[in-house]
Amino acid sequence: MTTLPLDNTFDDPTRRAPLVLNHDDFGSVTNTICGVNERPKPPRAWYIAFAISSTFLMVLGVLIGYLFWTGVGVWGNQNPAMWGFPIVNFVFWVGIGHAGTLISAILYLFRQKWRTAINRFAEAMTIFAVICAGMFPGIHVGRVWVSYWLFPIPNQMELWPQFRSPLLWDVFAVGTYFTVSLLFWYVGMIPDLATLRDRAKTKLKAISYGIFALGWRGSIRHWHRYERAYLLLAALATPLVLSVHSVVSFDFAVAQVPGWHTTIFPPYFVAGAIFSGFAMVMTLAIPARQWWGLKDFITLRHLETMNKIILVTGSMVGYAYVMEFFTAWYSGAMYESFAFVNRMFGQYAWAYWIMVTCNVIVPQLFWFKKARQSIPIMFGICLLVNVGMWFERFVIIVTSLSQDYLPANWDYFHPTWVDLLMLAGSFGLFLTLFLLFIRYLPVIAIAEVKAIMPAANPHAHDHDKEASA
Amino acid sequence: MNDGAGTTAVPAQSPRTIPSPSSVDESSEKLYGLLAEFETPAAIVSAAKKVNEAGYKWWDCCAPFPVHGLDKAMGIRPTILPWLVLGAGITGGIIGTVLQWFTNATNLEIWGGPIWVTGYAFLVSGKPFASVPTWIPVIFELTVLLSAIGAVVFLLLLNKLPQLYHPCFKNERFARVTDDRFFIIIEAKDPLFYRAKTQQLLTSLGATAVEEVQA
Repeated sequence: MTTLPLDNTFDDPTRRAPLVLNHDDFGSVTNTICGVNERPKPPRAWYIAFAISSTFLMVLGVLIGYLFWTGVGVWGNQNPAMWGFPIVNFVFWVGIGHAGTLISAILYLFRQKWRTAINRFAEAMTIFAVICAGMFPGIHVGRVWVSYWLFPIPNQMELWPQFRSPLLWDVFAVGTYFTVSLLFWYVGMIPDLATLRDRAKTKLKAISYGIFALGWRGSIRHWHRYERAYLLLAALATPLVLSVHSVVSFDFAVAQVPGWHTTIFPPYFVAGAIFSGFAMVMTLAIPARQWWGLKDFITLRHLETMNKIILVTGSMVGYAYVMEFFTAWYSGAMYESFAFVNRMFGQYAWAYWIMVTCNVIVPQLFWFKKARQSIPIMFGICLLVNVGMWFERFVIIVTSLSQDYLPANWDYFHPTWVDLLMLAGSFGLFLTLFLLFIRYLPVIAIAEVKAIMPAANPHAHDHDKEASA
Repeated sequence: MNDGAGTTAVPAQSPRTIPSPSSVDESSEKLYGLLAEFETPAAIVSAAKKVNEAGYKWWDCCAPFPVHGLDKAMGIRPTILPWLVLGAGITGGIIGTVLQWFTNATNLEIWGGPIWVTGYAFLVSGKPFASVPTWIPVIFELTVLLSAIGAVVFLLLLNKLPQLYHPCFKNERFARVTDDRFFIIIEAKDPLFYRAKTQQLLTSLGATAVEEVQA
């Protein structure tokens, strides 16, 4: 047996860096990853995190009840900033949701094998983030009991949705994105659910995993179609992931508000979405690999690669900030120029500079290998990126609405306590779902990890056996 | 290994050494087939090649992950799944177009399931009723949505899943198919299946164990 390297962060291009450390047979991979779900009790950190996040989830539930009972006046949304926290949170969470499909679909098409360690994770995160995102416009409509008017369902007014509106495109884009992400996630999980079924010690577990595993038995005839279906889903999800945040950006770009009406928005929003999504994947992956002993799969090299993507997308976002400022100046349009100068130096300058610091300046530390490989530094940077990307949406939405064409309408936006607690509550919802996922579902794509191991190559081993057979 | 050697020793004296496959079906304990276990991807790929060359039709390989080249070694032909997905996608695109045209650009009245539904020609900002460019996002999304749903539904239909019961699940070794073992199953209904001959073939291919699976 060859000795396995403990460090796979070397730069030598003549050696292929191993994607899995300390495991050279399939059985030990199964044991380690299933061990996360099979251990009788999760680590203490899980209980603490679950207690906190489920408390915030309950707060969210109570506040939604309060909102329905009282009306949208409980929020700080007030003329002229009629889109306040709910839409900021919506765009923030949809953005977070983009990393999952990027990792699972686009990196799959590009044959980036390192994605197998983090794709399940990231896809789960996507689904939970889109749940948080979808909730906000749902409760923002005011009269939630008629929110089915969003869909082309025959209703008592004999009216249909207005299909020329980007707000309606959003319903279809986010709805499709959620459905496709869920299918992608579930289809990827079927073989691993079968693994948990076959290892189950209790009847209850065997039956519950068994139902969702659909009787998967690893037949190559099944795998053959499965791989084709997975490729097709990846090919479908790739344009989809680019379209979703483009459509979200149309909510702004198609409007005529200064600071919104700009053609750079779709690519700028997509880059920002991937940026924030990767930061959130890191925020979740770093503690998870620590607490559940997954360091051999989510290796330092994986984290470093993700840090590089954060650096690239962060710089793209920085470029977009500069470019939209330049365009505003170059257009010669008075309102447009004012909107951008006002963002930088106006009443919301504090938010703007938080955004620039967190999104553009701080990630530049990733140019240094030390920063890319230091867990505390990367964790800190990723937390700041999460903060910065929330403020980006705040800056875009609130500053533009607060001071548009008519100075008589200008005002300063004040969030209420309900706004702040609902934002915290949405994190509670997100983390509660995520913690339940870690506890009960396979956190790493077991079958996919096995397929990328050197031992999986049918030509690499046992030539003697092959010859004798 | 000892188990494997033990089971391979059985066939010569086995009462199930029978001349024709039809009499297998009539026996009281129905034989589903023979299950052979392999330990490495390389072993199963070379074994699958031989089983395919021997001319078996009703057989399958099972593995914890899609072993590279195994489907070719088994002689599996390309699936029609992509064409079905294409059909689903085109359907989605047509639904998206007709839906938006009917609801926003016509005053037609049609029988829509339980009730009559009427189109409503919306005039917005003096734009044409059929503002085709603004329909593109919804057409695109519905195309992707139906393609993706189609991909999953047709995948399950073609694979005949969910199928919560399978004879192999009764075999204890087979539990490792989702872990680290590779299996070949030759079904008794295959015209070439002869209990002893088939077992001999599987053993000669380097199976670490060959066992009977009852239906």
